Amino acid sequence: MSMDAVLRAAGLTKEVSSPEGTLTILDDVSLEIARGESVAVVGPSGSGKTTLLAILAGLDRPTRGQVWLGGEELTAMDEDGRALLRARRVGFVFQSFHLIQSLTALENVMLPLELASESRAAAVARETLANVGLAARTGHYPKQLSGGEQQRVAIARAFVMRPEVLFADEPTGNLDSATGERIGRLLFDLNAEAKTTLVLVTHERDLAGRCDRTIQIEAGKVVR
Amino acid sequence: MKVLGFALRAFRRDLRAGELSILLAAIIVAVTAMTAVGFFTDRVGGAMKDQASQVLAADLVLRSAGPISPAYLRDAQALGLETAETLSFPTVVVSGEQTTLAAIDAVSATYPLRGQLTVADTLFGNGRPAAGVPGRGEAWAEPGLLGRLGLDVGASVTLGERSLRITRVLQYKPDQNIGFVNLAPGLMVNLGDVPGFGVVKPGSRVTYHQMYAGSDALITRFREQVTKQLRPDETIRGREDAGDQINAAIDRAQRFLTLASLVTVILAAVAAAMAARRYALRHLDNIALLKTLGATQSFVIAVTVTELLFVVVLTSCVGVALGYGAQYGLAVIAAEFVGFVLPPASGQPFLLGVLTAATVVIGFALPHLISVGTTPPLRVLRKDLPPPRLSAAVTYGVALAAIGALVLTIVRDPLLLGLIAGGVVGTALVAFGLGWLLVRALSRFRGAAGVAWRYGLANIARRGGESVVQIVAFGLSLMVLLLLGVVRNDILKTWEQTVPANAPNQFMINIEPDQLAGLKAFFRAEVGTEPFSLPLIRGRLTAVNGTPIKEYKVRNAQGAAFLQREANLTWTDTLPASNVVSAGSWWGAGYAGPLQLSLDAELATNLGVKVGDDLTFNVAGEEIEAPVTSLRTIEWDSFQPNFYVVLSPGLVADLPQTYLASVYVPRDRVEMLSRLVRQFPGVTVLDLEVILSQVRSVIDKASMAVQYVFLFTLFAGVVVLLAAIQLTRDERRFESAILHTLGAARRKILQGVAVEFITLGSLAGVLAAVGATLLGWGLATYAFKLEYSVSALLWPLGLLSGALIVGITGTLATRHAVNEPPVAVLRDQ
Repeated sequence: MSMDAVLRAAGLTKEVSSPEGTLTILDDVSLEIARGESVAVVGPSGSGKTTLLAILAGLDRPTRGQVWLGGEELTAMDEDGRALLRARRVGFVFQSFHLIQSLTALENVMLPLELASESRAAAVARETLANVGLAARTGHYPKQLSGGEQQRVAIARAFVMRPEVLFADEPTGNLDSATGERIGRLLFDLNAEAKTTLVLVTHERDLAGRCDRTIQIEAGKVVR
Repeated sequence: MKVLGFALRAFRRDLRAGELSILLAAIIVAVTAMTAVGFFTDRVGGAMKDQASQVLAADLVLRSAGPISPAYLRDAQALGLETAETLSFPTVVVSGEQTTLAAIDAVSATYPLRGQLTVADTLFGNGRPAAGVPGRGEAWAEPGLLGRLGLDVGASVTLGERSLRITRVLQYKPDQNIGFVNLAPGLMVNLGDVPGFGVVKPGSRVTYHQMYAGSDALITRFREQVTKQLRPDETIRGREDAGDQINAAIDRAQRFLTLASLVTVILAAVAAAMAARRYALRHLDNIALLKTLGATQSFVIAVTVTELLFVVVLTSCVGVALGYGAQYGLAVIAAEFVGFVLPPASGQPFLLGVLTAATVVIGFALPHLISVGTTPPLRVLRKDLPPPRLSAAVTYGVALAAIGALVLTIVRDPLLLGLIAGGVVGTALVAFGLGWLLVRALSRFRGAAGVAWRYGLANIARRGGESVVQIVAFGLSLMVLLLLGVVRNDILKTWEQTVPANAPNQFMINIEPDQLAGLKAFFRAEVGTEPFSLPLIRGRLTAVNGTPIKEYKVRNAQGAAFLQREANLTWTDTLPASNVVSAGSWWGAGYAGPLQLSLDAELATNLGVKVGDDLTFNVAGEEIEAPVTSLRTIEWDSFQPNFYVVLSPGLVADLPQTYLASVYVPRDRVEMLSRLVRQFPGVTVLDLEVILSQVRSVIDKASMAVQYVFLFTLFAGVVVLLAAIQLTRDERRFESAILHTLGAARRKILQGVAVEFITLGSLAGVLAAVGATLLGWGLATYAFKLEYSVSALLWPLGLLSGALIVGITGTLATRHAVNEPPVAVLRDQ
């Protein structure tokens, strides 16, 4: 692994069994992502983008191959070990926001801080919400917010722990193009400011184009 | 600390967001129902115990043929027990030229410790509770004594060396002897007067009683302490030993009340399980998200368990408070209707409430929630990942074990538990089978009717498994409702019929054989019926198979007690109506062969005697020996004269004997009894009306209590039914929104919902009728020992009430979901 690589994968293969026999979703994928780099993972539907993201983030395990995140081998850890590593180093933004409906915007952003027993959870969360332009919406529940606002809450939640690596799965996929554009800009602005490494799965060319690098996947293989 | 803090915040937020509402409501319903029934049955049980105590006029009675050491009284008082003393003996009472044998009860000032004396100011006057006991120099006389002596209140009688003024008519005393032995009319006097009478001397036939009353714990302690020191002629008798009609009634009442608690527990547990499943499924995504954010599995599970602990605490407190309130209302209503004041409840139902909440949470919520804790974080990216599934063995095993343990703690009767479990599991199995068949068969009917019909049936068919679960839940709820509404009534009626309205109310003893014909003629003329009569021979068992009883080893204490007293024997060729021959054979009508004996089967067991054994009785100095040729099972609560020992007719007719007779005299004709007493001076008339009404009042109070308790269970059943409907609310909101979007009118959707619930309800109704029939039969036959015939109402009622209750409740409960604006609903998804 090169000195500045924060994320490295070697020989990642993911196979699942199906009625038609073994299905290979990822086929011997190896890659390195440098600290602070932004990388877009692109490819057609069903090409294995989301599976790659899940394995890189430690949400899923490969059938074969290894992943290192910040020098720690994710693939050698058990579920709880990976969870603790995520708590320290990783943030997420999802296509469908994944906000907890019963919590206010502020409480949603406080959640990772509370998991880390951060004493100033509320103050930090409030500050982060202000950074994404939602200072006036802290007491609102997700269903009282627009799609764009919900995604901004999700982004605030992802950045509030100042993660080393931010994984984003189609972050603008559920938004209209104007809102998607604004959310994309926000994501990259915050990324630049926090010097976070960004791994982005997207269909949006514009969004992919903002990244330092693009990894193209087809039928489970890196083609470019 | 991190877990505790996080769980507390999560609990608070879940509460605020209403996420826990259904689970909490279900557990609160369970706890409320359990504790309301618990508090109420605790208090009713307390009242019942008081009633049983009245039979003894105390909680514990020590009896002896000789003076009892006053040390016992001092010990009892030192423990904090109340005490009283009585002394009973037969003696002749004189009034002018008239004399009569009277049963004297000399009582201390504190008598009776339980129950009340009823007195009147004139012969056959209106009774009222007495304050205190007769004063020194006074006597309270039973009506029979006044009749015999031709006296009324105000007259004086002479007892031994003292004259006593009769100041009251004694109509009822709690420890009235319901047997038929030595029932000379009674005269109650003050214990302090006894030495002055000069009739109680060494060798006199006197029975001494010491009476004690107090809390159960103290009584138990005192009884243990005293039992070790008892002399052979001293016997001790507690409430639980009073094996008579009242005890049998109380026993049945307790079983009824227990049944009430049971069905409530089962209903509420079903709701709690469904609510827990719903809560768990709704939290899959949140748990996956928490894990994505770095929460470990052990942390998630620890938070879940801690949150459930808060659930237990909250539901216990709220449920117990509500339960206490509910039972308080019930007790007030009950007291108003039945006229008895319930004693305060003990703390036990509170523990039962906590235990219920914990049991329901551990047995029904915890497995679901812990399994959800294993949700993979990948679910945040892959919604299609199936929720983690518990094996059926774990889900049902834990639930059944928990509920079984709880139920067993309450009923402490494995047979009853088995019957209930059998009924429920049987119904569930039948329901699952039939439900599955219905779902399969529904597709055939879908094309046959309109859109609403098709939509309703499609709903059932499409939700396959869920529909079957709902049918089972509704089926179980309805089964309980039917059990309460129909079977309970049937069983209660059968139970009440065991005390016939025209049960004999006048018993006569000491009838000389040559008086019998005259007595029968008297009643024929006065009330149009002849009394039922049987000869009465007093005899003592002296040998078994030639072995003198001194050397004979009986099976147990009851057998030994029989040996120590003179037994009442009778002879007849007709098997008494309330007797069934359980071994050997009855000699039959017109039998005139060698002497034979028939014994009560229970007595035979106690004595260790079987058919074929020879028994010898001493009757007025004469030894009679006969083989036991049959054993009889006797229904003691039949209110007919019954005998442990019956002889075959023939030679025994020449033995010294008197007759006893029983007859029903309408209440407005009792004044004739004074004529009877004067016409047949030697005959002792025992007015059982007072005793019978006492027994009937106990039974009435019991059934009234049962009905109130069941009323609450009925309410719990309806609430649980609503909770079950609530479970599909989210799904229904979404479906209705889709249908609205596609252009369906609200009325159409509501019709579809109605069809669905009416169909579900009808099937559940049929299943409920099957279950209620089987369960009712099982309970009546095995638990209550009553004959039960299936009511013709049960089936139509099951079907109709299923369709109506589930149809209306389901449609109403779903109405809001159907009426929500589709845009708002679809945006939530």
